[in-house]
Amino acid sequence: MSAAAGARRRAFAPDWTGRVVVAAIALYTLYAFSALDFSAQRFATGLGEGARLIGRMLPPNFARWPLLVEGLIESLQIAILASALGILASLPLGLLAARNLMPGWVAVPTRFFIAFCRSFHPVIVAILFVKAIGFGALAGVAALIVASMGFIAKLFAEAIEEISPKPLEAVRASGAPFAAVVIFAVMPQVMSRFVGFALYQLDSNLRNSTMVGLVGAGGIGGTLDAAFKRFDYDFVSAILIAIIAMIFIGEILSGWVRRAFQ
Amino acid sequence: MSQTDTAPAAATAAAGADRSLTIRHLDKEYVRGKAVLRDINLTIDGRGLTAIIGPSGTGKSTLIRCINRLVEPSGGEIVFMGQDLAKLRGAALRAARRRIGMVFQEYNLVERLSVMENLLCGRLGYVPVWRAWLRRFPQADIDAAFALLDAVGLGDFATRRADALSGGQRQRVGIARALMQQPDLLLADEPTSSLDPKTSVEIMELMARLTGARDIPVVVNIHNVELARRFATRVIGMTGGRVVFDGPPAALEPRHLTEIYGGEDWL
Amino acid sequence: MTPAQHAAPLAAVDREWRRFSPRERFARWLVYLVAVAAIVWSVRTIDVIPEFLADAPTQIVDLFQRMWPVDVAHYRRGIHDVLIETLHIATLGTILALGLAVPVGLLAARNITRSRVANQFAQLILVSSRSVNSLVWALVFVAVFGPGALAGALAIAFRSIGFVGKLLAEALEETQRGPIEALEAAGAPWGSIMLKGYWPQVQPAFIGIALFRWDINVRESAVLGLVGAGGIGVALDDAMNFFQWDRVAMVLLTILVVVVIAEILVTWIRRRII
Repeated sequence: MSAAAGARRRAFAPDWTGRVVVAAIALYTLYAFSALDFSAQRFATGLGEGARLIGRMLPPNFARWPLLVEGLIESLQIAILASALGILASLPLGLLAARNLMPGWVAVPTRFFIAFCRSFHPVIVAILFVKAIGFGALAGVAALIVASMGFIAKLFAEAIEEISPKPLEAVRASGAPFAAVVIFAVMPQVMSRFVGFALYQLDSNLRNSTMVGLVGAGGIGGTLDAAFKRFDYDFVSAILIAIIAMIFIGEILSGWVRRAFQ
Repeated sequence: MSQTDTAPAAATAAAGADRSLTIRHLDKEYVRGKAVLRDINLTIDGRGLTAIIGPSGTGKSTLIRCINRLVEPSGGEIVFMGQDLAKLRGAALRAARRRIGMVFQEYNLVERLSVMENLLCGRLGYVPVWRAWLRRFPQADIDAAFALLDAVGLGDFATRRADALSGGQRQRVGIARALMQQPDLLLADEPTSSLDPKTSVEIMELMARLTGARDIPVVVNIHNVELARRFATRVIGMTGGRVVFDGPPAALEPRHLTEIYGGEDWL
Repeated sequence: MTPAQHAAPLAAVDREWRRFSPRERFARWLVYLVAVAAIVWSVRTIDVIPEFLADAPTQIVDLFQRMWPVDVAHYRRGIHDVLIETLHIATLGTILALGLAVPVGLLAARNITRSRVANQFAQLILVSSRSVNSLVWALVFVAVFGPGALAGALAIAFRSIGFVGKLLAEALEETQRGPIEALEAAGAPWGSIMLKGYWPQVQPAFIGIALFRWDINVRESAVLGLVGAGGIGVALDDAMNFFQWDRVAMVLLTILVVVVIAEILVTWIRRRII
């Protein structure tokens, strides 16, 4: 084999799929920018506006801190209640959706219901509850219960489906009623993972509880919305800092709890 | 085969520089006060295959990795081709590294790249980033890669992904990648420890043949004394971070091995 | 039975007994106690109007009744265009986020950026991005660029940076050190090590993250219209403001169908690629 013959050999297999995908994404990006009416001029105006906005946001104004604290506390309450009730509701839902415990005619519709709960953004659910049951924290709690069910019940059902069938058969073989099967064979195997899901959902609910107020469902979001509408941008930045701080602390705390339960 | 083997050899020989490696007072401690290497002094000639033998955990690997600075030495000098490698930084270190090929125990191929791309990784020290990104390597590099693939017996594997290869095939690619650098020194860190005995012999044979044809000096860590005896021109025995034997393989006697490995049970 | 055989099961029992040290047990009880206290405190102090609570089930049933029959014809007149806009927002936002998250992810990965300060700074960016909801990002960008889909796409992008950057940094930290070492030993510059050492290793994870985030963004972009950042949320907001509940139902149905299709699509692509 001479070097000259080597030169004609194919060094790389051409990756047509990759090239087509990359080209398509590039073309799409250009098209989408123009479809969304994004021009260099608009970008330049936007930059100027952005600079002015940041200028008005700084320094953050914490003068109205009682309002801020009140909103944060309400968000926290919404998150706690929605998590507690959502977790409570997810336990039976998860059991009903587990295909190794339930016949298909129970498990499949339950799964559809859970998937339905997950399909809508919590804010959309919140807005519906606001329209149905009026403004306030109650609508927020209800919306986040729906979101929690969609998430935890699904993971819980999956965890139950992964459990070892042996203890299940052993308890069933002893002629135990269904409740005993659940308590002695299912729960011990999935409880530790359930705590993890619940913590994750608490984090997630805390994030969303700061948002549902934007549509009138209580919490700091309402304060934020009002501040935006009145162009109080220095208060807006104060609220945002407070939200980020609260969520950050929440993450640290849930990290501690997770370690305590490991 | 003979053409592909001699062509790069002629090119590197033209560089003509002295390829000897001198290590002076090399110390290394990972944790303060716990020396892994103490005051190593060695001169390795610019030719032949030097095997470093010794029990595991004795600093063989650290010594080899100090030479191309994958491990930072704590003190001492490593002089190669007129430069103290221990003092180099940034671009100068990269330029020195590309003259030193390395073969690893775990092959260290980029699993998801093709064999050809893994070989061309040996040229990354020479090729600008944008060319590497677009895979626009100079034709000379691609020709050299094909020649080396033929030389290691993987001529038909250029477009195969590295993770589809067996251990022995991967190490062949590893050797070819190191030689793509047109190195003035080849380091091999336990190149056969992850391979079965038969493949180990084949790999050592291949490494000795290809580096011999190019007149590249080789420093290889090896725990298999028989392989060291068979392929090395010089054996260095280490124990406890110190050199305790240094000589031709013929001079290696059981009493030396006892000193290096301690006890006689292993015989 | 020899003593050694005897010891093994006993050790297991012993371990079982000591599975929780007193301190761990105390920590757990503390967590339970705090959880119960938090729930009690929330129930007692939350600002809920009791009449609303009692009334809620009837109101919800009433709402559903007003949604029926669904105004299917409204799709062509008022939903189709904003739906396409929603998909643009989600897709463009995801693409922008991928581009913006790569430098932050590189900065956050401890094996690539060996400066604790830089890592922490990147983490701060990532946490901020994740903590601020896409609706708030939308409010900010509406203030900057004016109402419309552009603000929506940027909101989606900035919200996604935290998610993508965090997962990318984790993927980078999980890469094998060996191949990187080999490229370093060959004298490769930083950029080539990134492209030929790290990128091939994180590529599957990166594609997975992108698809996963796009799926989430389809859901998220559906609400942005509520604050004027374009997309199907605008149609939802309009229908609700005029109490046209049959149209609201149609919008919700559309969102449901699109979300389900997106999820199926993502699952299909993932299975084909990975």
